[in-house]
Amino acid sequence: MKVLVAIKRVIDYNVKIRVKSDETGVETTNVKMSMNPFDEIAVEEGVRLRENGSAEELIAVSIGPKQAQETIRTALAMGADRGIHVETDDEVEPLAVAKLLKALIEKENPDLVVLGKQAIDDDSNQTGQMLAALVGWSQGTFASELEVADGKAKVTREIDGGLETIQINMPAVVTTDLRLNTPRYASLPNIMKAKKKPIDESSPADLGVDISARLATLKVTEPSSREAGVIVEDVAELVDKLKNEAKVI
Amino acid sequence: MALDTETFSILLDTVERFVAERLVPLEAQVAEEDQVPADVITEMKELGLFGLTIPEEYGGLGLTMTEEIEVAIKLGGTTPAFRSVFGTNIGIGSQGIVMDGTTEQKAHYLPKLATGEMISSFALTEPEAGSDAGSLKTCARLEGDHYVLNGTKRFITNSPSADIFTLMARTDPDTPGAKGISAFIVERNSPGLSVGPPDKKMGQQGAKTADVILEDCRVPAANIIGGIAGVGFKTAMKVLDRGRLHISAVSVGIAERLIKECIAYASERKQFGKAIAEFQLIQAMLADSKAESYAARTMVFDAAKKKEAGENITLEAACCKMFATEMVGKVADRAVQIFGGAGYISEYPIERLYRDVRLFRIYEGTTQIQQLVIARELLKDAE
Ligand SMILES: Cc1cc2nc3c(=O)[nH]c(=O)nc-3n(C[C@H](O)[C@H](O)[C@H](O)COP(=O)(O)OP(=O)(O)OC[C@H]3O[C@@H](n4cnc5c(N)ncnc54)[C@H](O)[C@@H]3O)c2cc1C
Repeated sequence: MKVLVAIKRVIDYNVKIRVKSDETGVETTNVKMSMNPFDEIAVEEGVRLRENGSAEELIAVSIGPKQAQETIRTALAMGADRGIHVETDDEVEPLAVAKLLKALIEKENPDLVVLGKQAIDDDSNQTGQMLAALVGWSQGTFASELEVADGKAKVTREIDGGLETIQINMPAVVTTDLRLNTPRYASLPNIMKAKKKPIDESSPADLGVDISARLATLKVTEPSSREAGVIVEDVAELVDKLKNEAKVI
Repeated sequence: MALDTETFSILLDTVERFVAERLVPLEAQVAEEDQVPADVITEMKELGLFGLTIPEEYGGLGLTMTEEIEVAIKLGGTTPAFRSVFGTNIGIGSQGIVMDGTTEQKAHYLPKLATGEMISSFALTEPEAGSDAGSLKTCARLEGDHYVLNGTKRFITNSPSADIFTLMARTDPDTPGAKGISAFIVERNSPGLSVGPPDKKMGQQGAKTADVILEDCRVPAANIIGGIAGVGFKTAMKVLDRGRLHISAVSVGIAERLIKECIAYASERKQFGKAIAEFQLIQAMLADSKAESYAARTMVFDAAKKKEAGENITLEAACCKMFATEMVGKVADRAVQIFGGAGYISEYPIERLYRDVRLFRIYEGTTQIQQLVIARELLKDAE
């Protein structure tokens, strides 16, 4: 079995995000970047499949600027066999990513594609689903458990109010939720060895995919700050405030 | 050989994350239990921390001095007891073998030190020989193809868990001072070697020191580091030169951690209706701490660069050790002040770090000894 994982370079989850003063986006200069945490879980799952003998090859794909190579190296250090970097400095929307991944799937013929359920920068939660639709594969989203055997994948999904277990035919697209696993720290010797693993480089044009934007960002603003609450004396005051101040009843 | 920027940046990020996500949350527990949990030690081994400075051909990472400094600063982000677990393997416990060992000694010990399968300690200090290490009394008498060692070593870091000791003893009883001293690799299970109970300490709980007692302890003559008797003190001093830069870097790391804690606390804590960070007297303490830690950081990298260029850095290493360890003492003291009562209460990490860093001005040569080294080097140049 061949497994492909998609990984995105995003602003590190520890960084306090600041909105640019012109409201066109968020500040990214001199900001620490790292692998999207959900994608890290995807890589870990791939590495486990590789280690328990279910998978023969694990490929890590990243779409993004030159520095995305560092993110791919991190996946290689964790245990992926090789990388594919689709280089672009443009902002790529979920549909464009799904199309690029489809083109790579046609070249690589993986049996399983694992992606994060969303990226922590734009929180779209769309790429995996769009990809499954484009290639016509089964999908198991928000996975908190994954078992692969005999051409089928058993996926336990985190849904509102509980867990749902489904069985889907492979090839399949699986998106990861937080509880699927705890990603390992790549060992320092493996980080050094990762330098010797190959990374294929290509571009959206090489793959024949048009990534031009279909969405326009009108404005990005800070969330409005929450005002401090008040403690009311009794029920009568509460009802009065709800009626006359908050005007909700 | 220096790593490419990309690889080193991933490596450094990984260490930083391990420190922040895995070690920092355990600090209070380690201090309370006086023990680094066994599973954390296993993770440190898997991560490769025990082999940071051991050459690649012996299974380590072979970091350059500058790279080691960068990593040591990151390790300073948490209680130094964690670093101590592998600190002797990458520093004073192994470097004697790395620098002066024979090919056989390197091939036999270094791979096991690099993985953490073996723990090493450095045993120089004695009850009556501290700063004046050259006066040490532990004697080694040649009997056939073995030396017989007698004496006591004091305050030996990691001795309770050590498998081997880089141990300095006097092989020539007629030569007083440094020239009569040889460096041995002494295995833990050598007949006649015992380790005392762990010392109770002011800080760095979780890191263990104890006496090492040698009573007619038999060590093969082949275990003299480098195979040459009488040069052990030189080996020890070279090891300490490198160690001094490492300790300086850890001091910088802890100072940076303390400053971060201070900024967070001072921005939150309100008195007289505003955050205490708005008071200029608090700002002055923050500014002094930052400027001094920045100066120390710059010194350490400068000395590391000189070392890599092959220069003798005895003077620079002593300058760094003196300045950086005194600096972190002052930064920790100001941190207690900025935290006020909370700085004295164990619920916050400040009082613990304040006690932890006190050691840095004492071991691997006290501040006074660094001053003597600096002056000696200066006056030598003046002649
Ligand atoms: C927690 C801990 C861990 C340690 N780990 C190790 C280890 O792993 N291996 C090891 O070998 N040792 C270790 N040591 C020992 C340490 O290196 C010594 O304690 C240190 O070198 C000082 O020696 P001393 O304690 O005998 O103090 P002393 O030498 O007695 O010094 C007492 C005071 O006198 C001053 N002084 C001494 N001589 C002079 C002078 N000529 N001029 C001016 N002032 C002077 C000193 O600066 C100091 O202020 C450790 C110590 C501690 C506390």
